[in-house]
Amino acid sequence: MFAAFVVYPVAYGLWMASAPSLYRELIANPLYARAVVNTLLFVGLGVNVQMFLALLLSGFFMRRRWWIKALLPVYILPWALPAIPAFVSFHWMLIGEEGLIDSLLSALVGIPGPLWFNDRRLALGSDIVAYIWKWMPFWTLTFFAARTAIPQEIYEAADVDGASGCRRFAHVIFPLLGNLYLVCTLLFTLWTIGDFTTVSLVSEGAPAYSTDVLATLGIHYAFDAAQPALGIAAVMSALPVLIPIAILLMRALQTRQVQL
Amino acid sequence: MSTIAVEAAAVSARGTAQAYRALRVRRYLSLAGTTVLSFAIVVWTLLPIYNMILVSLEPEGDVFTDHIWPRVASFESFRGVLTQGHWYLQHFWQQFANSIYMGAWVTFLTLAIGTLTAFSIGRMRIRHGWLVSNAALMTYVIPASFLAIPFYRIMQNYGLHNNLWSVIAALVAFATPYAFFVFQEYGRSIPIEVDESARIDGASPLQVYLRIYLPLMAPALVAVGTYAMLLAWNEYLYQFLLLSSKSSMTVPVALAQFLNSDQSPWNYMMATAIIYALPPVAIYYAFRRRMTAGLTMGGVKG
Repeated sequence: MFAAFVVYPVAYGLWMASAPSLYRELIANPLYARAVVNTLLFVGLGVNVQMFLALLLSGFFMRRRWWIKALLPVYILPWALPAIPAFVSFHWMLIGEEGLIDSLLSALVGIPGPLWFNDRRLALGSDIVAYIWKWMPFWTLTFFAARTAIPQEIYEAADVDGASGCRRFAHVIFPLLGNLYLVCTLLFTLWTIGDFTTVSLVSEGAPAYSTDVLATLGIHYAFDAAQPALGIAAVMSALPVLIPIAILLMRALQTRQVQL
Repeated sequence: MSTIAVEAAAVSARGTAQAYRALRVRRYLSLAGTTVLSFAIVVWTLLPIYNMILVSLEPEGDVFTDHIWPRVASFESFRGVLTQGHWYLQHFWQQFANSIYMGAWVTFLTLAIGTLTAFSIGRMRIRHGWLVSNAALMTYVIPASFLAIPFYRIMQNYGLHNNLWSVIAALVAFATPYAFFVFQEYGRSIPIEVDESARIDGASPLQVYLRIYLPLMAPALVAVGTYAMLLAWNEYLYQFLLLSSKSSMTVPVALAQFLNSDQSPWNYMMATAIIYALPPVAIYYAFRRRMTAGLTMGGVKG
């Protein structure tokens, strides 16, 4: 099973993408260079902004007010919602003057909203925002679970020593959660590099394929342009980045066993 | 002497009063901050969901007007989806059944393969078992979407194109490593002596697996089962590539079809999306506590 459905596709893919001429063709293609930049932006912002906000928000959900406790199940909703309907809804919200966002803008502020998918930066930005919306609850919950695992005495000791607010965060919580944070970030980076759904449904690569990331560009090459080998070469060119991340991740996982 | 004492008392009283006031101001500020933040989170979370509901309630032909509140709530679109009343939705129930069929098989196979591997490696101590666990870790390196093209080719060679089983095979292959990790981590908390004593009582490995291992693993089974089901429900790329005929496709692919045309009935699309989103949300909230437990126990590997 494992051999037929994982090992064989990997080997087959590597074999298909092994011709060096493919990579020459890729580098000469301006779409490819733009997709690399898009992937870097998508992963860099999508992962790091998201993880940092999730870490902060997990602290917010530790507060003991009743409405904050009631808020948590609502906040989790994007994670429970399937990705496809959610991203379809994002697409529709931003689709232009009829979209909800632009309607809101003109109703509340009185300015006509931009055409989100006509501008490359806006379109890519919407992809990133949608991605953050979908996955931030998951990571917040993860950090929340980790924070509840920190013994109460440590907080009390920090309180006695006069560390509160930012200093408690910097000197107590972050060192304790640091390794977990690293593991999650690396893992999430691996996932995000391979993310296809977000870009393909939210901006659909619009305008004119300029917001394609590597994963969607590979599919475009393979199925719209009928050049499957080129498509595989496009995604496989990310391997030199993926493998070091995976090695780092394994290292971090080994030290993690002690904590938590 | 006494005047000094009185003065000192007055100073300290003023000091504490000031400190109290500062404290109160800070508490108000923090209250205001949390309220604003809570409000922002609610808006942020619910806006896309509200949008889905808003569009789905539009009466037909009225979708291209820009307003923020539904003027006339029309449940026409929901009725249309449920009765397959639009040509985009002719096969809705078939497609929904496909999604359920796929989700159920992915869940079952992931659980079966995951527990069997974890059982044989972790409990029976097969030689070279660590090789398998490392190989499973390696699959994390290459994202599933990068394998889509070779996978598509291979499925055509196997003759499984337009067959739900090709998607099931792919999803199981990608979900099993995670299942395996969680089971192995969780299995460590069950003492091996339990197995040994059962074996002394004459239980075969299969009996140990069925009667002892599986019942003890129940919390992990629930967590991983939910994960596998949600994975199947969330997945889009493989379904999109491998299922193209109207009767074999699943709901996500059918949903994406709406996006291909500018003239699509958007209210029907959103109604379909909402109906599709209901089962996982229900399952999720039913198993919420155990899901969080699964998160912490499996480390954070998924």
